[in-house]
Amino acid sequence: MPQAIIDQTIRDIRRTPLVQVSRVSKEFGKERVLREIDLEVDQHELLAVVGRSGCGKSTLLRLLAGIETASEGQVLVAGRALKGPNRVARLMFQSSALLPWKTVLGNVALAAPHRKYRSTVAMEALSQVGLAERAKSWPSILSGGQQQRVALARALASQAPLLLLDEPLGALDALTRLKMQGLIETIWNKRRFSIVLVTHDVEEAVALADRVLVMERGQLVLEREILLPRPRTRTSAEFVKLKEEILLRVIQS
Amino acid sequence: MKSATVSQLLPWLLPLGLLAVWQSLSSAGILSARILPSPVAVLGAGIHLTQTGELPLHLFESFRRASTGLLIGGSLGFLLGLVNGVSWIADKLFDSSVQMVRNIPHLAMIPLVILWFGIGEQAKLFLITIGVFFPIYINTVHGVRSIDSRLIEMGQSYGLGRFGLFWNVILPGALPSILVGLRYALGIMWLTLIVAETIACDNGIGYMTMNARDFMQTDVVLLGICLYALLGKTADMITRLLERWLLRWNPAYNTT
Repeated sequence: MPQAIIDQTIRDIRRTPLVQVSRVSKEFGKERVLREIDLEVDQHELLAVVGRSGCGKSTLLRLLAGIETASEGQVLVAGRALKGPNRVARLMFQSSALLPWKTVLGNVALAAPHRKYRSTVAMEALSQVGLAERAKSWPSILSGGQQQRVALARALASQAPLLLLDEPLGALDALTRLKMQGLIETIWNKRRFSIVLVTHDVEEAVALADRVLVMERGQLVLEREILLPRPRTRTSAEFVKLKEEILLRVIQS
Repeated sequence: MKSATVSQLLPWLLPLGLLAVWQSLSSAGILSARILPSPVAVLGAGIHLTQTGELPLHLFESFRRASTGLLIGGSLGFLLGLVNGVSWIADKLFDSSVQMVRNIPHLAMIPLVILWFGIGEQAKLFLITIGVFFPIYINTVHGVRSIDSRLIEMGQSYGLGRFGLFWNVILPGALPSILVGLRYALGIMWLTLIVAETIACDNGIGYMTMNARDFMQTDVVLLGICLYALLGKTADMITRLLERWLLRWNPAYNTT
């Protein structure tokens, strides 16, 4: 697969870490949730973190977002230590966290960096997720999938170089999940920001990510680069092999 | 047949029905005019007082007192509620004391209030203010506390500063609860107004009613009572309209 090798080379050349996690540990009272994590997120990279519930992957994401601070070690953003909310990153949850008292457009416009062009930027982001005609609706009447798409549009409107997705598709039905995975990949391909995707769905991780990390009890126990060409065929032998290997490791823990 | 007109007219069925029964009983002579004047007589008294200019004056004075008290008490309750809802330390410092004062029935404090403020306007204003303060305070605190923390996190994550967070997340989030507090406060405001206007007043609906009682003008007394009922209902209706407008994003408040 010569294209894969070319991609890898390009990645190597471009390898300037956007975010660096350096020997980070996190305790909540007596409980050690993260132990000495070392991690790098590169520009234009899609990184997936998988693991069982309670392994600490959500905490890791919150640390990257800057809404939690590390007990030990530090998180560096573009070389500088992170203090407080990470301005370079945007977080997306399993629940859309849309403000119910603002229209869809109002919610997305909130994220736009400049007041003046708010509406334009917001409309553009909504078009990208295919919800431009819902701009004036209230969030409460949208379906779960639509709400998540609005949340995605909001993250896009912020034009942040790093998107942190905490099991964003977990609450959606299987079909909507597949569609959303395709949407995320398409937009990521076009806009080329970085994504850290936390998910319990190993197949989703292998389908979307450049690298998959497995977490177990607060530690990173496995790292696999996915060098398959995009868009990925989930039935190919390579795909299935990788998926099985990672799944096995997750189940083992 | 659940048309909009039917649902608007139905609530009036019972009051108007009772009114009709009342009138017919009075006309038939079964109800003595001294004990309970007929609705027509009450209306007549109302018209007469309007012509002399007394009724508009009383209405205005009552309205003035009520709205001033509501404004002051409501603003204070709202501000303190916000502060205590948002700041842990402010809550620890102030809430306990507020709860202690809240449980003192403010109308029972009238003798004290007269001692402190005399029998002038300040006394009445003070009573209305503290009556209105507590429901709004409690509901504001509750409203702020019950905001989904994820929304606040999301706001912070999207770079909303303190003002942005307050204006976009906290205030709208607490609003449903605050409006409930407002409706409750309005009820207490009327009650306090009625009682406050009996303390050496020379204008206002309460005065008009008390004065009429002294002169055995039962029709004017009844007029006063009816006015209280009508004004109370109007205030509640206005608040409900406000609710429906401000909370139109919430499917629970959409009456369609």
